[in-house]
Amino acid sequence: MEAILFWIFAVTAIVSALVVILAKNPITSALGLIVTFFVLAGYYVLLSAQFLAAVQVIVYAGAIMVLFLFVIMLLNLQRLPEMFPQSRTGLLLGVVVGGILFLLALKALTGISAAGSPSQVDVDMGSSANLGTRLFTTYFLPFEIASVLLLSAIIGAVVLIRRPPDADQSPDA
Amino acid sequence: MVSLPHYLVLSAILFSMGVIGVLTRKNILIIFMCIELMLNSVNLTFIAFARHLGNIEGQIFVFFVMAVAAAEVAVGLAIIVILFRFKSTVNVDSMNLMKW
Repeated sequence: MEAILFWIFAVTAIVSALVVILAKNPITSALGLIVTFFVLAGYYVLLSAQFLAAVQVIVYAGAIMVLFLFVIMLLNLQRLPEMFPQSRTGLLLGVVVGGILFLLALKALTGISAAGSPSQVDVDMGSSANLGTRLFTTYFLPFEIASVLLLSAIIGAVVLIRRPPDADQSPDA
Repeated sequence: MVSLPHYLVLSAILFSMGVIGVLTRKNILIIFMCIELMLNSVNLTFIAFARHLGNIEGQIFVFFVMAVAAAEVAVGLAIIVILFRFKSTVNVDSMNLMKW
């Protein structure tokens, strides 16, 4: 059962990732990325990470991609004429470098002897109770730092977007 | 029987597809989406290892990777909007102020 699901998810993930990197329209890329996120959430459930699967759907597909789509729509990109045509050598070099990186990663990752057999791992490993216990005891400091990080990101985004006040404001009478 | 190398190879495929997207595309938004694809492939690696080694630390790290990715997307999209205000384009070839 796990094998059938793995292969279905694998084909879907690779096809939607291809849509992300090949689509002309950024909205099509965004939708392909959303499908990839859902497929990965399915993988996390298969790998006993139920809480992270839910967080993946809520945070990535539900917040980050919505933000992406808002920005794409607000920028209102027209079909402008291509000022800089895509060079063929640039495309070829990009694909070759990606291929070399893939071969390197393959060599590095498949040399690992599959250590502990997964049958010993219980399905409750990734439950929110287990994850929450570890987060609030052993990893409490990174958790608090992550909250400060999110606060600084909010402040940074607001400060960046704020337009400077106009120079020619009429003074109050 | 699906074991650890299957997940790692899939993660390597997704990661290299993200790299190809970053190196090849000219639209800054699509480049940003390929960066998110790379982050997600690394998340899959972490969770696959967490399950096959029986260690929860992999999932803890994925939790923080997701938090950092959310913050990064917020600030990165703000920067892209400001770039668009100045340049009126999202083509990365026209963002060449630092070119010598």
